[in-house]
Amino acid sequence: MLDEYRTKSYQAHLRPAVDENLIKDNVAIIGIGQTAFSRNSQRDELDLACEAIKNAVDDAGLSISDIDGLEALTLDRVSMPTLIGSLGIPNLRFTSEVSFGGGGACATVMHAAAAVATGLADYVVCYRSLNEASGHRYGRGDGYAEYLSKAPTLHYGYYFPYGFLTPLAWAGMYARRWMHEYGIKLDNTGWYSLVLREYAQKNPNAIFYGKPMTYQDYLDAPMIVEPLRLFDCCVDTDGAVALVVTTADRARDAKQSPAYIMAAAQSIPIETEIQTSYNRPIVSGLPETWYVGQELYRISGLGPGDIDVAELYDPFSFGGIIQLEELGFCGRGEGVDFCEGGDRIRVDGELPLNTAGGLLSEAYIHGFNLIAEAVRQLRGTATSQVAGAETALVTAGPGLPTSGLILRK
Amino acid sequence: MTLEYVPGIPILGPYVDPDNAPFWEAVERHEFVLQRCADCKTYFQVPRPMCPHCRSMDSLEWVPSTGRGKIFSYVNFTTDRMAYPAMKIPYSVVLVELEEGIRLTANIVDVEPEDVFIGMPVEVTFNKPTDSFTLYQFKKAS
Repeated sequence: MLDEYRTKSYQAHLRPAVDENLIKDNVAIIGIGQTAFSRNSQRDELDLACEAIKNAVDDAGLSISDIDGLEALTLDRVSMPTLIGSLGIPNLRFTSEVSFGGGGACATVMHAAAAVATGLADYVVCYRSLNEASGHRYGRGDGYAEYLSKAPTLHYGYYFPYGFLTPLAWAGMYARRWMHEYGIKLDNTGWYSLVLREYAQKNPNAIFYGKPMTYQDYLDAPMIVEPLRLFDCCVDTDGAVALVVTTADRARDAKQSPAYIMAAAQSIPIETEIQTSYNRPIVSGLPETWYVGQELYRISGLGPGDIDVAELYDPFSFGGIIQLEELGFCGRGEGVDFCEGGDRIRVDGELPLNTAGGLLSEAYIHGFNLIAEAVRQLRGTATSQVAGAETALVTAGPGLPTSGLILRK
Repeated sequence: MTLEYVPGIPILGPYVDPDNAPFWEAVERHEFVLQRCADCKTYFQVPRPMCPHCRSMDSLEWVPSTGRGKIFSYVNFTTDRMAYPAMKIPYSVVLVELEEGIRLTANIVDVEPEDVFIGMPVEVTFNKPTDSFTLYQFKKAS
């Protein structure tokens, strides 16, 4: 019934023709840059953004004055004009911001790609800068209340009075229903978190570098919002990541090997609310991720079996595991079994996953760090390098309007 | 009652706008109503200015609900890490599928978190945690 619903809603609309897609193979990410990831940067977010952008532009072999477009999330609290002034960009021609929190991460690249493919700009920088660990914690209730006091979203009024006011708690509602429908036991879900922690041990930039975890550590950690334990949750981080996007023609002159965009997609299925889509037929799945996957495969011509490495946005472990199901890497309800023992998602496995440690163990830079890691995999410079990686799939925040990318060497 | 509040900490209230005001005004009177399209008979949550099914804008009505349903999913706040400080832990938030087919969240006021289960029959009740507003809640079905 659920699959019937999804397929029907997907086929109900005409899709834009693939051969008219101006982004496919015509746009590339040519620069990546970041700051140190920490729990307390002791710097402001403008400062972090400047450093990450400077690093990305250096990485691309460009100068700041080549940049003529900027792309951010609406959530970003760095003032764009102040950032432009600080960077000394002489003539910015294109700016845009994407909504929907982390669901917009890959969409920033899609919108930047649309700008360069249509000649609105030559080199667009996508960035995210946040002091999530030390500063404004929207992942906690108090931070969210502050955020929403500026941008009230009315349906939250049905949640806040009940002490139900963080993304993690809202996600727990999906997780519980998924566990119920597929018979998932509370203690069986740890392998996903465990393997990501292993990847972090190879990545000196990861928050959890030098802090290995056993399965018992996972089980012993406090239950934050049952059914989610502490290490099912992403790691609040201070830091910034930036990406440079340009056309494939210009990318040929870049200092680094380009990561070409095979497909970019956004998805807002019916009755999607921000992480609280409790009134659509499916609460045990992530239809937006399913839809993004269908679009990415349709545009790229690839299927799940053609993906060499996946970087899935995992604000909490089940969010990553359910995405494995939605993207067709395993069947529905089989995500926990797919991760059992960890071998399938390790670097030499069937589907190396979140190879820098993901949002759980590397850093929570709203998924921009996942895009940077996909680029490193295609360049051959990752700390846990997948041998011969030629294709990478990246997703953005699940359970809300979302987006995704398939990149290739 | 298993649901208790910590004195002295403000409790966040509902956001009331022209679309959902009839719902919260009814709650103040201890009545539980749902929005429905009189043309196509579809119920929906959250309240909207237009029926998302038949796109009618002048047929929206508020009808009494039975207030009965079953728990569809739930989360338990057993530590203070993500709990709202005004609420005494442990507490549960339940997603209830009402007989009318739509789902709403609230606390369950008379069941310990470890005893909550999916499929549990519940019915609506009301509480008034502050002088400034009333909330709908759920309790075990009688």
